[in-house]
Amino acid sequence: MQLSQTMPRPTLIKQLNIIDWVFAVMLWSGAIYALDLYGNYMDVYEKGFLFGAATIFSVLGWAWKPIRTLLLVVVTLSLFGISDYHADLSRAEHAFFLKYLLASQSAIMWMSVLFVLATLTYWISLASRSDFVAKVGTALTWSALTMGLVGLMVRWYESYLISPDVGHIPISNLYEVFILFSIITALLYLHYEHRYANRQMGAFVLPVISAAVGFLLWYTFDRQAQNIQPLVPALQSYWMKIHVPANFIGYGSFSLAAMVGIAYLLASKGILASRLPKLEVLDDVMYKSIAVGFGFFTIATILGAMWAAEAWGGYWSWDPKETWALIVWLNYAAWLHIRLVKGLRGPMLAWWAVVGLFVTVFAFLGVNMFLSGLHSYGTL
Amino acid sequence: MNKPSATFSRSFYELLSSMRFAISLLSVLAIASIIGTVLKQNEPYANYIIQFGQYWFNVFKWLGLYDVYHSPWFVVILSFLVLSTSTCIYRNLPSMLREMRSYREHATEQSLRHFQHYAEFARQGNPAPTLMQYLDVQGYKYKQQADGATLLLAAKRGSANRLGYILTHSAIVLICIGGLIDSNIPLKLEQAFNIKHIETRDIPESQVPAISRLAPGNLSFRGNVTIPEGTSADVVFLNIGDGYMVQDLPFKIGLDKFHIEHYTTGQPKSFASDIVIIDKKTGLPLLKHTITVNHPLTYDGIAIYQASFGDGGTHLNMDGWNLFDRTGVSFPVTGAIHDESKLAADDTEYTVEFTDFRPFNIESMGDQGEPVHDTRAVIGGNAVADHKDLHNIGPSFQYKIRNPDGQAKEYSNYMLPVLIDKRWYMLSGMREAPNEPFHYIRFPLDPDRTLAGFMRLRGALLDAKLYPEIAQRFAKSAIPDSNPEAQAKLADSTVKVLGIFAKGGYKALSDFIESRIPAAERDKAAQTYLKILELSAFEAYNITQARANQPAPKMDDETGWFIRDSLNSFSDIFFYGAPVYLQLANYDEVQATGLQLTRSPGKNIVYGGSALLVLGVFAMFFIRERRLWLLIKPDQVLFAMSSNRKTLDFENEFTQHQQHIAEIVKET
Repeated sequence: MQLSQTMPRPTLIKQLNIIDWVFAVMLWSGAIYALDLYGNYMDVYEKGFLFGAATIFSVLGWAWKPIRTLLLVVVTLSLFGISDYHADLSRAEHAFFLKYLLASQSAIMWMSVLFVLATLTYWISLASRSDFVAKVGTALTWSALTMGLVGLMVRWYESYLISPDVGHIPISNLYEVFILFSIITALLYLHYEHRYANRQMGAFVLPVISAAVGFLLWYTFDRQAQNIQPLVPALQSYWMKIHVPANFIGYGSFSLAAMVGIAYLLASKGILASRLPKLEVLDDVMYKSIAVGFGFFTIATILGAMWAAEAWGGYWSWDPKETWALIVWLNYAAWLHIRLVKGLRGPMLAWWAVVGLFVTVFAFLGVNMFLSGLHSYGTL
Repeated sequence: MNKPSATFSRSFYELLSSMRFAISLLSVLAIASIIGTVLKQNEPYANYIIQFGQYWFNVFKWLGLYDVYHSPWFVVILSFLVLSTSTCIYRNLPSMLREMRSYREHATEQSLRHFQHYAEFARQGNPAPTLMQYLDVQGYKYKQQADGATLLLAAKRGSANRLGYILTHSAIVLICIGGLIDSNIPLKLEQAFNIKHIETRDIPESQVPAISRLAPGNLSFRGNVTIPEGTSADVVFLNIGDGYMVQDLPFKIGLDKFHIEHYTTGQPKSFASDIVIIDKKTGLPLLKHTITVNHPLTYDGIAIYQASFGDGGTHLNMDGWNLFDRTGVSFPVTGAIHDESKLAADDTEYTVEFTDFRPFNIESMGDQGEPVHDTRAVIGGNAVADHKDLHNIGPSFQYKIRNPDGQAKEYSNYMLPVLIDKRWYMLSGMREAPNEPFHYIRFPLDPDRTLAGFMRLRGALLDAKLYPEIAQRFAKSAIPDSNPEAQAKLADSTVKVLGIFAKGGYKALSDFIESRIPAAERDKAAQTYLKILELSAFEAYNITQARANQPAPKMDDETGWFIRDSLNSFSDIFFYGAPVYLQLANYDEVQATGLQLTRSPGKNIVYGGSALLVLGVFAMFFIRERRLWLLIKPDQVLFAMSSNRKTLDFENEFTQHQQHIAEIVKET
């Protein structure tokens, strides 16, 4: 007789069901179709990224099933939005679905509203200890995430409608990366929510997304930053497609860690302690988030250096943005070392993570606002 | 004597390899790095003197704040980081390698019982084979150690975690070494020991002495050079402090053509240089290539980048208008950018230094109609344009007019007329210092869209011999012939007004009013004078048009505005600061490309280090190391676990194993 415990644990591949395979096949077919349609306009790296993305999202979907649904909905809505344009940009102002839902501007407004609602909902749930309300918060966050992604996808298409030579991936300026930041932070949060089966942290993480949304709205209404601008020559590179997302996984993770750090500090003083997860859980989320962030931030900085070597003539020029990336990196390197010193863990680490958010925000925003350098792609 | 020093070196070693020292170093480095982002680095020293004053300039210079990242103290901090990291590796490597291989199969029962994560189960059957199977399935590797009736299974998983430590820390050392090879520190040392000097004089490259030149074999450098179309260069310039050094290249670079493309919105779309690599000895072309931003060329280990662009000596043909001359005709002037011409006016010889030419100007026309210039660097740039009303307002050129005393004012003239408030003007900007904005003077265009009408009128207004005729005609038109006395009086006043205006424009007129007329009557007098001035100027215009065989001006709004604009311009000329306005007639453009050349042999070391760093970081965070012991005694099974990182995942895993093992032990 073989005991259940000694049954070989099935690997991820063996756990996959038919839907997983259909999902992966769809992603790959989509990639092949895109290659067939637009292959002539892509360089070898971009072709690599296309199939790399199909693979990464397949694996992500396998490992965390809700991703499958998310991508399916995003793809369906985006394709519907794109086809509804009939290659005419002005339809954004009168076609019903575009005007009220799917044109990038509308979708991003929906994203903004839904993120703010999700924030409020998580707080109501925290106050009322209602599990149902928290579930609503989760649903709102997923919806916001969906609309944000649809907004970016449709915006990508819109940029090509303006003019084929203007078209580019919508992660090229401060406005666009703020949307990316909101989406990535939300996705990271939902992952931890799922993994720790705990929805209370939402009340702390969502406010940082709402703050980003607030900035986005100010930037839209005060500065008309939503207008799609062509790329300056320095940005016309395949590097952008990997450097920027990697960076924002880092920024998103660090922000998430800082917000959980605030929860930790409050809970350790007994405030909201009964409503929040245990301190060990908060500490663990903080550690995981910073670890993930540090990994991706390291990659992003290295990719940035490699891009700089190609565009600016040197992999490291001590440009303010580069230097601040180093400062952020050093800060979290110090954090990770502190965690190994007995007696410095606990509130000290949480404080350090919160301060880390300010360092991160300065690297991300402050450098563009106050310092000048080569990397001034999004001045205020 | 030996003992204290031994303890000192021992404690120094302890300090260097301590975690707290590492944390302090990381923090200090982060804080020190901030300085160079707040204070702009490697600016010309003159800028710092203006900013801080002489005293603080010297203090900051002594502290090395103008090039923080290469200053001795910063390099010392970095060296400590390398030293400390190396010491850590040296200290921990042997034990880590041992740990990675070891199963700790000699753990005693006693020690296992003291583990924080420990459990024991009573046994009846023989669970050993099933437990081994279980360890296999769970991905643990294990060693058996039998001791009489007891069997120890010492298992481990995720040893590569320790590899992560080794990889990340060696990566830091490698990256720093690579960076050091590519840095200018060797050059700084050569300067410190007077082997090399920077050149501060503005002299032709060929005259730069050997002590300020670097041989083509120089290990690493990063310099810039500007090459006009149709020429070549075999050196680059390294900006250092308040001077430069010349780096000789092993080959020559020629520029065939420089290209700029724009989007329909006016923002730049691409910058490209068609370059030729030329053999220095034979002069034969070795390679033709087009480089663009993001697509450099690497030749002979030297990377060539598109960094900026500029003018390469465009030839200009201009009409010179002497602004204090009565004739109202222009004279030809020729020149080339980066060159000088001589100009005679007012019995004085002026030097014109042509500094820049732009074939187009994408400008946002603000309220004042004063354009805001964009920068010419091609590698940075702002993707978010703030201005929607961008227009190409055509070519412009800049020049300085220097008087015999050596004082110069700078001018920026547009070639094409500019439409402001529905009327056409020629714009000329003037400034006295490079950090000031240009102040623009507008010269009105006549109905033929030329300057001739204005220039003739301006000439007439300067010509005192013409005043009586102008005054007569004006008086006749204003007052009926039946009142000759009044006519004569008005004519008199007109001559006087024209005379004052010709000496200093509106300013002279208002000074006159203030000095001669009682305060109560000034407003009225001013209005009268202005009326006289405008109407008599119209007569003057009539006369000059007739003399030049041009049609007589109509009495309409358009002419009225032309007269008013002409008078404004005439008045502004007194503040123009130059006796001559240069109007660009045509040009033959010669562009220049700005290239950056680098040789960085450390790059591959840095990239290798970076790869190790990424591998190491992921190994450290995503491979968890844990050890598991099962001591199978005749009547009991002891179970203990440990890990070098105590995380929640580890706790959960321990609980899970505990349950599973309990079941296995029970059921066998």
